[in-house]
Amino acid sequence: MSAVLAEPSRLATMALRETQRPPSAPPGVSRPGGPGTDDAGPDRTAVARGRRRTRGREALIFLAFTIPNLALIGLFTYRPLFNNVYYSLLQWNLGSPTARFVGLDNYVNWFTDPHSWNYLRITVIFTVATVGGTIAVGLLVATVLNQRLHGRGFARAVVFAPYVLSGVAVGLVWMFMFDPQFGVIAPVIRAVGIDPPNWYNQPGWALAMVIIVYVWKHLGYAAVVYLAGLQIIPRELHEAAALDGAGPWRTFRSITLPLLSPMTFFLLVTVTLSSMSAQSFELIHSMTRGGPVDGTTTLMYQIYREGFVAGRAGYSATVATILFVILLGVTLLQMRFLERKVHYS
Amino acid sequence: MQRLLSGYLPLLLAVVVMMAPLIWMLISSVKTRPEIFTVPLQWLPERPYGGNYTEVIERYPFGRFFLNSVIVTAVGAGVKVLLAMFTAYALVFIRFPAKKLIFILIIVALMVPPQVVIVPNYTLIADLGWQNTYLGIIVPGLGTAFGTFLLRQQFLTLPRAIVDAATLDGAGHWRKLWHVVVPISAPTIATVALVTIVSEWNEYLWPLIIVDRPDMMTLPVALTLMQNADGTNNWGVLMAGTAMVVLPVLVVFTLLQRHIVAGLTQGATTG
Repeated sequence: MSAVLAEPSRLATMALRETQRPPSAPPGVSRPGGPGTDDAGPDRTAVARGRRRTRGREALIFLAFTIPNLALIGLFTYRPLFNNVYYSLLQWNLGSPTARFVGLDNYVNWFTDPHSWNYLRITVIFTVATVGGTIAVGLLVATVLNQRLHGRGFARAVVFAPYVLSGVAVGLVWMFMFDPQFGVIAPVIRAVGIDPPNWYNQPGWALAMVIIVYVWKHLGYAAVVYLAGLQIIPRELHEAAALDGAGPWRTFRSITLPLLSPMTFFLLVTVTLSSMSAQSFELIHSMTRGGPVDGTTTLMYQIYREGFVAGRAGYSATVATILFVILLGVTLLQMRFLERKVHYS
Repeated sequence: MQRLLSGYLPLLLAVVVMMAPLIWMLISSVKTRPEIFTVPLQWLPERPYGGNYTEVIERYPFGRFFLNSVIVTAVGAGVKVLLAMFTAYALVFIRFPAKKLIFILIIVALMVPPQVVIVPNYTLIADLGWQNTYLGIIVPGLGTAFGTFLLRQQFLTLPRAIVDAATLDGAGHWRKLWHVVVPISAPTIATVALVTIVSEWNEYLWPLIIVDRPDMMTLPVALTLMQNADGTNNWGVLMAGTAMVVLPVLVVFTLLQRHIVAGLTQGATTG
C-alpha cells in the first residue's frame, strides 16, 4: 500500500481520471472485478458463485462496522420517539411504577389549555427573532470581515469564540450584565438618556434579553458560514456591476445576496433546529428558568418543566411529540419551498 | 476615510461587543463584594482580589468537577469519533443493499432534538440504575449522526482509485480503513474530533437530569449548582466559577480556532 502512496505522480493521474466521473456515480461502477466486467468469461458460474460469497462477506463486514452506532442511534433516538407516543397516552408520574391509560386526554388538555397557546406564541417569537437576528447580524458582520483590513483574522476568531463556550456560562455572565441594579447594561442605557427596562421582572423584556444573548452567542457561526460564501464570489462580478453604474447597495441586493442563497438556506435550516431545541435550553435554564410569569417558556422548556420539575412524564411526552411534529413540519417546509429559490452557481 | 467608516469602525465595534462580556466576567471575578454591589457602578477593583476563586475551590469539589468533565469528554468524544469513522467508511466503501435507507435514517436522527427524547431515555437509564454514574452520563449520547454525516461527505471526495489499488494489493476493509482512508482524511477527522470535544464539554441538559450528586457533576452542571447556592447574591463567586469553566475552552480555541471554525461550518459549503 505504501508503494501506492509513495508515487505522487501516479496518484495525481488517478485522481485526475477520477474527477471526470460524475461524483454521484454509484459506488463500485468502475471497480475492477465489479459487475459487468467479468461476466463474459468461460467459467461464468464459478465467478458468480464467488461473487455471491464475497457479497455475503461484504454485508457481514458492513454490519460489523455500522451496528454499534446504528444500535445506539436506534436505542436513544428512534426508540424514544415511539415511546413518547405511547407515554403521551398515559397519566403517569416520573418514577412511578403505575400509570393510567387515558387515551388522547393529554392532547385534549394541551390543546384546550390557554397556557399552551402562550407557550406556542413565545416559541414562535423566540424562534423567528433568534433565527432572523442571527442570520441578519451574521451577514452584516461577514461583509465587514470580508474587507481587506488589518486584524480581521483576529476579529473573526473573537466573533466566533462565544459559539464554542458553554451556554450556561454565557447565560450567567449576561444575567449579571443585565442585573437592573448592579449590572453594566443599565448604566450604558442610562448614559444614552433612556430609562432602562427591568429585564428581570417584565416578561417581554426577559424574552428580549434571552433573544439578545442567543444572537450574540450564535452570530459568529452565521458570519463564518457567510464569509466562506462571500469568498467564492468572483471579484469580476462586483467590478462589472460597478462599471454598469450600480451602487454598493444595489450590487449587494442584486448580486451578493442571490449568490449567498445556498448559505442562507443552510443557516435557516440549522439555526432553526438549534434555536427550537438544544441550544436555547442552556440559556433559558441558566437565565430565567422560563419566567418571569412564564414569559420565556418555550415548548422545549415546557417539556423539561413538565417532566423533571412537575414530574408529569406522560404530559411531558405529549408536548415532546407535539414539538417534534412541528419541528419536522417546519424543516420539511423549509426544504420544499426554499430550496427551489436557491441559486447554486 | 471611507475605509475607516465602513471598515475599521464596524470591525472595532464587533470586537468590543463580542469581547465585553468576557472581560466583564474576568474583572468581576476579581472584585470584592462591596466593589460589586455598589451604585454607581465601580468599573475596576482597587486591586485584583483572589478571594472569589479560593471560595469556589474551598466550597465546591472543583477538581472533581473538572475531572468528571475530562472523563466524560475524553471517553464520549473518543468513542463517538471511532463510531463515526467506521460507519462513514462502511457507508461509502462497503457494498450493502439498504445503504441509502440507513443514510436517510442517520440524517433524520440529526433532526431529533435532545429535549424530545429525554423522558424515555431518562426512564431507561434510571431503570438500569445508571443515575449518577459515568455510564449513565456517557452512553445515551454515544450514537453519532453528525460525525458520521461529516466524515461520509469527506470520504466521498476521496479518489476511489486509491482504495481500489489497495483492494488489488489484497487489503481487507480493516486495513483499508486504517492504512488508506484514515491517513488521507486525518485533517477532517481531527476537525470532527475537535467539534465533538467542544460539544461534549459543553453538554448540559442530559447530565443535568441524570446526575444530582455533586461529586458526579460535570462543569456546566456544577455552574447551576453554584447558581442555586449563591444566586444573584454573590456574583463575584459565580463569575469566578464561570471563568474557571470558560477559560480552558478559550485557550484551546485560541490555539486551534482555524480547525474548529472549519469543522463547525463545513456542511455549509460542501452541501
